[in-house]
Amino acid sequence: MTDSDDFRPDPVFNDDERQTPLPIGAGPTMTSGQLSEGDALIPEGGESRSTGGILRQMGRVFVENKLAVVGLGVIVLMVLFCFVGPHLYPTNQTDAQLVLQDSTSNAPPGNGNPLGTDSNGYNILGRLMFGGQASLIVGFASALVATVFGTLYGAMSGFFGSWFDSLLMRVVDVLLSIPVLFLLIALVTIYHQSEILLILVIAFVSWLVPARLVRGETLSLRNREYVQAVRVMGGSRTRIIGRHIIPNSVGTIVVFATFQIADSILLLAALGFLGLGVPAPQTDWGTMLSNGVDAAGSGYWWQIYPTGICIVLVVVAFNYVGDALRDSLEVRLQQR
Amino acid sequence: MTGFLIRRIGQALVVVIGVILITFLMAKLIPGGEAKAVLGPKATPVTVARFNVQNGLNLPIWDQFWRYVEGLFAHLNLGYSFKYNQGVRQVIGERLPKTLTLVGVSVFISLIIAIPLGILQVVRRNKPIDYALTTSSFFFYAMPDFLLGTLLIIWFAFDLHWFPVSPPTDASAWAIFTDPRAFVLPVVTLAATSVASFSRYMRSSMMDALAQDFVRTARAKGASSRRVLYGHALRNALIPILTLLGLSLPAIVSGALIVENVFNYPGMGLLTVQSAFNDDIPVVLGTTLVITVATVIGSLMADILYAVADPRIRLGSD
Repeated sequence: MTDSDDFRPDPVFNDDERQTPLPIGAGPTMTSGQLSEGDALIPEGGESRSTGGILRQMGRVFVENKLAVVGLGVIVLMVLFCFVGPHLYPTNQTDAQLVLQDSTSNAPPGNGNPLGTDSNGYNILGRLMFGGQASLIVGFASALVATVFGTLYGAMSGFFGSWFDSLLMRVVDVLLSIPVLFLLIALVTIYHQSEILLILVIAFVSWLVPARLVRGETLSLRNREYVQAVRVMGGSRTRIIGRHIIPNSVGTIVVFATFQIADSILLLAALGFLGLGVPAPQTDWGTMLSNGVDAAGSGYWWQIYPTGICIVLVVVAFNYVGDALRDSLEVRLQQR
Repeated sequence: MTGFLIRRIGQALVVVIGVILITFLMAKLIPGGEAKAVLGPKATPVTVARFNVQNGLNLPIWDQFWRYVEGLFAHLNLGYSFKYNQGVRQVIGERLPKTLTLVGVSVFISLIIAIPLGILQVVRRNKPIDYALTTSSFFFYAMPDFLLGTLLIIWFAFDLHWFPVSPPTDASAWAIFTDPRAFVLPVVTLAATSVASFSRYMRSSMMDALAQDFVRTARAKGASSRRVLYGHALRNALIPILTLLGLSLPAIVSGALIVENVFNYPGMGLLTVQSAFNDDIPVVLGTTLVITVATVIGSLMADILYAVADPRIRLGSD
């Protein structure tokens, strides 16, 4: 569930193996998952130089993928639902006592509560918005932190090579072999939960895959002619990594980040389900689901299904968008 | 083969040592210090100092690490749980076989379901059954295991009464074979994600194999399509599945943690979460270390099987 990279064989497994020869005699080979702007057609320009034509082509491939457009729509709607929704449909989600005075707990849908109420008497529709905020914020933020850190780590590891690379990659190997939820729970137990901390902890278990991906990219990029040219001209290492290697891996990075948002939302939901999610009085979808499950035997279905649907919808939407992004970044290889 | 084995075992050893180092460092980096974590926030400086001396926490960090490693290897000492008032090894002892059985049975079942499904999809590719299986594997893949488990409980335990809500807590690990009814829902939950990803991978790996030169050669020599499919393509397509199995083990073990908590199955995962609620850090770090070592050994076994199955490695000179 959490470490879902095995299901996306393209970037994770096959990047090193699937070598696709370049059309013109530019670089030696090019891995399929990456789009290196300007390295084949304009070998002398290292900096990421997006041409309108390619962007338009990529956009078209993305739009052709109906599922991705639907996915993007779902994401936009969910963000609106969680962040604008509470202004249009205000409910009290912080004060259980106050709410209890004018509503009942575990009320079925209807009668002022479109999705019923939970065991504390909170309106579930409003709670979905309130909990969704935490789920989305933690998902986005931890994916961002993980991607940025993993990118820098991987680029440095691949660029400097030799024993430094071996050491850094062994660290990744070790962390990747710890089952992610065990590591996550150990971290949450030691460093008590707060929303910021959850972001960092989830990022800590998620930066490993981008580190590996970007390292792989860097290994193939660092020997390209334009990187050697910068080196000959006396460009600093920071400049080579920051201005040439990372911009050229941006395709891989963006695709990964999209999938990672889905995974981070799922990780937080799993933690919440185990009772280790965002601390009260805040909530998240996993915690809501867990509260609903406690009452599963009583048949309070409205405390389970809406939350479950929200989690699955968002996760599937991000996966569709990620798939389409990957396809559209391969557009140049397809249209060769 | 020998070269491969030595390299692979060396890798596994490096990972094990790394994990030991990480759990050690996590214990050292507890905010407020290890003594406070055990004695509670109200401990006086004197009791903290006495605890530190008693447990060697005043020594230089390298000495502490050496004592930790020595304790692990010489006495299998994983630390002491003050909540359970016994050694962490004793607390974990009876839980580990339960988790291993759950994971083992689920992996076995998901393989014997996923491989035929993948083949079926290749044989009937781009036919309705292929699309149906693709769609449903995406569905099960996207379904978080805690949600799937919950829904299975609601539908098949509460509504239909086909299966009990959870396996009996006092049942031994062996009960999964003698009284399988109680274990159907946990195993199905844990296997569903793996079936989805394995069958997906099996399909693409089979397609890859069918596009290879040796398949064309076999066809050119007049082998029947059955023979090409099962004799040539399948044998080659199975090899990547073993690699995938090794790589997916950490994720499957993570899934087991969820499943144990959904179904109240007293394995390592349930113990870890309960100890997290109790702030019992030694147990949480102990389960993490032990389950990781078990996972590393499992992946190592999958890779050795891979080497045995693949003559290119088995007979290779390096």
